[in-house]
Amino acid sequence: MRTDARVEDLLRRLAPQVLGVLVRRYGQFDASEDAVQEALLAAAVGWPEDGVPENPRGWLITVADRRMTDQLRSEQARRRREDRVAAQVPADGSVAPAPGDEERAEHDDTLALLFLCCHPALAAASQIALTLRAVGGLTTSEIASAFLVPEATMAQRIRRAKQRIKATAIPFGMPAEPDRADRLRVVLHVLYLIFNEGYSASSGPDLQRGDLTREAIRLTRAVHRLLPDDGEVAGLLALMLLTDARRAARTRPDGALVPLAEQDRDRWNRDSIREGIELVTAALSRAPLGPYQVQAAIAAVHAEAEHADDTDWAQIVALYQVLERLSPNPVITLNHAVAVAMVRGPRAGLDMLETLDGDDRVARHHRLEAVRAHLLEMAGDHAAALVSYRTAARRTTSLPERRYLETRAARLAK
Amino acid sequence: MKYMLLIYHNPAGFEALSEDERGAVMEDADTIVNELTESGELLGGEGLADPSNTKTVKVRDGVPAITDGPYLEAKEHLVGYCLIECESVERAIDIATRWPDARYWAVEVRPLMHQAGTEM
Repeated sequence: MRTDARVEDLLRRLAPQVLGVLVRRYGQFDASEDAVQEALLAAAVGWPEDGVPENPRGWLITVADRRMTDQLRSEQARRRREDRVAAQVPADGSVAPAPGDEERAEHDDTLALLFLCCHPALAAASQIALTLRAVGGLTTSEIASAFLVPEATMAQRIRRAKQRIKATAIPFGMPAEPDRADRLRVVLHVLYLIFNEGYSASSGPDLQRGDLTREAIRLTRAVHRLLPDDGEVAGLLALMLLTDARRAARTRPDGALVPLAEQDRDRWNRDSIREGIELVTAALSRAPLGPYQVQAAIAAVHAEAEHADDTDWAQIVALYQVLERLSPNPVITLNHAVAVAMVRGPRAGLDMLETLDGDDRVARHHRLEAVRAHLLEMAGDHAAALVSYRTAARRTTSLPERRYLETRAARLAK
Repeated sequence: MKYMLLIYHNPAGFEALSEDERGAVMEDADTIVNELTESGELLGGEGLADPSNTKTVKVRDGVPAITDGPYLEAKEHLVGYCLIECESVERAIDIATRWPDARYWAVEVRPLMHQAGTEM
């Protein structure tokens, strides 16, 4: 429906600001959110035809406010208290924002909304859906198609999340200081999940899922603007940019995956790489170290190599050691083992993988077997590599990965 | 993750259940479907007609052959499916455990393939 890209960008940028104004006026997140969605829809239909109003933000606030007061009126009517409410509501419904207060608060609103949508009391699927709708300004149907679920399912997830916010009386505002760091970590994790959902989607029928990466970058950029001194926010934005820079090179036109070592590096996005490297370099030099910054630093080392052979694997090994200390987890060990193999040979990497065989979290995971297959192939043990490729191909639930692993296996079986 | 719950059933066995037991199978399935709708985990699902209504299609050397009846003859057959998306395989197994047909026959939990892939 939204065909005008300029209108769409404007609406998406204004959405959290308008919602923030309404939530602060009425204190009802769920009803305000519905009202803002209706106002956005009215604008998306009307503006491309009639032109963008002189003060688009004011227009949206006025329309959303009118929906809100209509809704409050009818609710109150049900409770037979129309007269009292009518007195509280200005006759024309077009309340001009109180000067000063709302303008100042608008920047904090985006953050406060993110903290609300990413509240730990909500399930991850709800956090993601609500963030994209309330902060990202996406429609339920857009979110549903990005996540390949029926619209009714996505609508229910959003409805449920809003009910939960109401029932748990989650407040709108910045979390108090002792919790703020933990709460910000949840926000960043949700943004990271949105990014990954889009990034890991291949081309073809899922093209629109790629919009999720753009949306995650846009939201993270907004958070970075609001919290410029936070190293992990900068680190996450850098990680997204550096990873997304490889988008054009990571799949073939038919959707087949291209491993990092075989990618055409001329097709990497140099602007994203430059921005990502600047961000992570600045963050590392002044903020406390965190996992996103280290992952971004690893991505930066890859990005700096003109050819795969020029990769500074020793530096990557050193960074993985830091990362494992900061946030130990078997998937990091897996990637660490690849880097170790590149520096000290495939046997050293294979030895490291053995430590994961007893780890329930990855022992049956296809990635462990896929990495083992690659290292065995590197070591020249083609018979064992073939077995591992086949096992990995059976275990993965990703079609492009299965296709890639089957191709590797077929090459060795010849 | 998305999972397909494949619900297996045996008509002779179903008939042998008491009326209360048969009623409970229907009711319990409804309860779970409502719960999954409410939680936003249900993506879809349908029941299948009796296997005797099946047409099996085979094409060999470009020549189609259509026969009546299922591809595989079995006492237990697929009676329906339920498509869900949930946070973990444990949750999917929990749903399958409570699916009434699992008490008498079986419910298979099969992960769906997806188009996402990470560079290796």
